[in-house]
Parts: sequence; structure tokens; C-alpha cells
Amino acid sequence: MAYSNKVIDHYEHPRNVGSLDKGDQSVGTGIVGAPACGDVMKLQIKVENGVITDAKFKTYGCGSAIASSSLVTEWVKGMSVDQAMQIKNSQIAEELSLPPVKIHCSVLAEDAIKAAIRDFQQKQGAAPAAEGEPQH
Amino acid sequence: MTDIKRPIYLDYAATCPVDPRVLEAMLPYFGDRFGNAASRTHVFGWQAEEAVEAARREIATSLNADPKEITFTSGATESNNLAIKGVVEYLAEAGKKHIVTAVTEHKAVLDTCKHLERHGCEVTYLPVAQDGRVTPEQVAAAIRPDTALVSLMIANNETGVLHPITEIGAACRAAGVLFHTDAVQAFGKIPVDVEAMNIDLASLSAHKLYGPKGVGALYIRRRKPRVRLAPQIHGGGHERGTRSGTLNVPGIVGFGYAAKLAREELASESARVFELREHLRRRLVTEIPHAIVNGSLEHRLPGTLNISFAYVEGESLLMGLKDIAVSSGSACTSASLEPSYVLRAMGLDDELAHSSLRITIGRFTTREELDFVADLIQREVARLRDMSPLWEMVQEGIDLRTIEWTPH
Repeated sequence: MAYSNKVIDHYEHPRNVGSLDKGDQSVGTGIVGAPACGDVMKLQIKVENGVITDAKFKTYGCGSAIASSSLVTEWVKGMSVDQAMQIKNSQIAEELSLPPVKIHCSVLAEDAIKAAIRDFQQKQGAAPAAEGEPQH
Repeated sequence: MTDIKRPIYLDYAATCPVDPRVLEAMLPYFGDRFGNAASRTHVFGWQAEEAVEAARREIATSLNADPKEITFTSGATESNNLAIKGVVEYLAEAGKKHIVTAVTEHKAVLDTCKHLERHGCEVTYLPVAQDGRVTPEQVAAAIRPDTALVSLMIANNETGVLHPITEIGAACRAAGVLFHTDAVQAFGKIPVDVEAMNIDLASLSAHKLYGPKGVGALYIRRRKPRVRLAPQIHGGGHERGTRSGTLNVPGIVGFGYAAKLAREELASESARVFELREHLRRRLVTEIPHAIVNGSLEHRLPGTLNISFAYVEGESLLMGLKDIAVSSGSACTSASLEPSYVLRAMGLDDELAHSSLRITIGRFTTREELDFVADLIQREVARLRDMSPLWEMVQEGIDLRTIEWTPH
């Protein structure tokens, strides 16, 4: 299978590999996929004043899955949460020139960012209830 | 290191380069000796026929068979089709329409069996143990009064695992059922003796033993018992009517010469290849944590290694190994998006099946190449694990089986 240059570039030089503190209230974590299906993405965002200031990923999956998640972490940095929510898998697939058999990788990346945002929003919703507890 | 020619070929189970000596033997038959082996009226035909018969003798000798028992085909897929369909078609009149095979057979056998199921046959697909093998007892228990044929490969193409073929052959003989074997991976790598192994039909391919592509053979036993089968390709009655079609003379010449070389060099080559594979295997399993060899190590072809690197997906690993040519059991490398059915049949987790590489070593592999490959695999597995969320979880002590995943 021939990969596009952009997929190869992200695979060889992945952006923003790593982890943020998932206990941090300003961090949202999304884990999607399943080992049995051959891909699992973990995408994390740090949100400050409604803006995504940092993003990290770890991906178990093919080169296109790694590239899709790497690309999304690049895109979301500096976006508002609402903007990040609008990212569509078709944009990812187009940017990376993914062949039809790899479209599911871009779908997974879209799912991952949405899951991270939902996790962040749940933390915010849960935050007032946790006010009495010590912060760490 | 720098003088290693790249990419490095380690996919000998897929195909082999034609041995230069084989190519040299073939060349005259593309040139002056271009005759049709079926032409009985002139020297061009006689020359071609003589060359075909010499090749037939070489292949028969390699199998401990009679030359008359060798039928040339276009390759092992055709041989498997001819053996299974041919025998079943012939025996259907006697009411025998049951086949015994195993879930890990090559698609050329499985898809042929599926085709026959749609035409009224019944097929028993034996499961394999974790080591990839079936037992003679399983085979004996599956045989019924209406069983026409047992078809089990000698060596598996994905794992190199060897079935106890001699005992399976004996079980078939004792039950009076014909035994076909797909000997493609084994022929030329380990001794294949149709008498000692009680084989009635055997499929062979030239390009797996350094011969050309597009030529194969089917061994069909003529005595004790005499195997009869219905031809599947009709025409001019070539190959004693078993397989019509003008013979691929240069291909057959190459096949015969390749079989002769493989036979003469089998002992030294298999020892050398085994030593190389063990060197690579030892390096990989000692230097990389969670590297798991798939299938029996004891009962295995000398040159085949199937190994999973847990928490790293196979296709992404292949992408990092761009300087080496190997294959993967990962879903992503196939059109079906399903991980290897062979590894899954052995009870491997899907995750480990996705993480598998098949590395096959052959005649032209060097130790320097394998050291380069071991270094590269070690580096890439470490790099990919650094970006694997599964590896991270395992490092944190999380049992991946306790997590509710979101299959997609």
C-alpha cells in the first residue's frame, strides 16, 4: 500500500506524542477504538479559558491512524472547544489523502477529539460539586 | 553494515528469487529449444519433451515417487483445486462426498472446499491446538464412511508449523481414505517422502524453491492405492489426460532444476537457514520484551519465524521497517481488514494477531542482514511502544482485558 507523503511525515515525525495529567481538571482525555480492531487512540487536550492550549496523543494502530491523531493534535491547539468540536473526519482524510480503506482512521480521530472534549466538559460540570475537596 | 544491499528480502515463504543456476538452465528453452513438448513430428518437440521428462524425473526423485506420478500444473493453487475437486468429483458417484481439512489451510484449499460445499459436499474443518497442529487422532475421529479425502498441509505458510504428517498419513491409510497434502512450503526445505509419509496426492510449487512462478505439480499416487481423479481442465489430453494445456517447458525445466538443487543441498541449506533463524529469534526474544513466537517452535520449518510484538500494531511496524521485506498478520495489510485467520485459529488474541510479523529466511540471507534487521526491529518496536496507549497502560499496571473498549 502506498502512503501519502503527509502520512509518512506524521508517522516518522509524530507531533505531540505523550500524555497530560488525566487527573488535571483542565485536561480532557478521550480513548477510542479497541485492540482487537487494530487501533486505539488516546487524545488529550488542556483547556484554559475555553481555548485548547495543549494537546497530546498516543496511538496503537497503522500509520494512517498515527498520522490522523498526530494531525488532529496539531489542528486543535489554539482552537476554542467549540471549533474543535466541528472537526470532521472528511477534513482529516482529505488533508492526509487517505485511501477509502483507511477512512476509519480519520473517523476514529474525530471520535477521539470529541471524546476528549466530552471528558473535559464533564469535569467542568462535576467541578462545582467537588469544590469542597482539596485541589491537587 | 553499510555494504548490506537494501531492501533486505525476508519473505521467502511468499516467493523466492529464481536461483541464477535455475535461470541458466531455463534460458535455452526460451531460445533455440522453443518447441512444444506435444509435437511428435520433429526435433523441436522431441527436445522439449525430453527436457520435460528430465524435470519430471528430478521432481519424482525428490519425492521418492515415480515420474509417471507427477502432473505439471500452473502452480499450487491449481494443484490443490485439481486434487480436491478431481478426487471428490470422481468419488461422488460412489457416494463419497465428505472432506476433512483444517481451519489453518491455505485459501486455495479452504476456498475449494467452500465451493464444493455449495455443490453438496460436506466438509469437516478441524481446529488446531495453540501450537498450530492437528493430531492424527483428530483426523481419525473425523473420518466417516463417506469421506472421500483428507487434505492437510505439511507446513503452514504463515507460521511454518508442521503437522505430524507421517502419522496423519498412516491414519488415513488405515481408514482407507485418500490423503492429499499441500506440500508447497515444505518441498525443498525438509525431506518429503510420499512412501514414508503415506501421501496419496501432494501439491507443489516451483517458485517456493527458487524456481520460476507459474509452474507447479501434483503428485498423484499410481499404486497402492491407485488414485483416480476427474480432470478439471479439458483439452488436448496432455499429461495423460489429467491436465490439458500446452506445457510450460521453460518453467518446467526450471522447476526440475530447482528441485534437483534443493534436494542436493537440502541438508546443508536447512542447517544453515535454521541456524540463521535461531540467531534472529534469540536476538528478538531476548532483546525485546513481550516478543512472542507464534506456533510450535519444535515442529517448524527451519526458515520461518512468526512473531508478535505485543502493543505494537503490525502495519505500523512494517512501515517502520521499510528497508526490509516481511509480511504481517495484521488486518491492515489485507483487503479484508481481518487479522490472520491462522493465528486466530491458534487462539491468539486479536491484538497479538494484529501485532505479528512473518519473517522467512532463505538461501540468500546473511547473518549481517539479520543483525541489521534485529537492530531495526528493536528500535522501531521501542519507538512505537513509546507512542502506544496500550503499552502505557500496561506500564501503569492496567490489565487491558478489564477495559471496556469501543469496537468500531
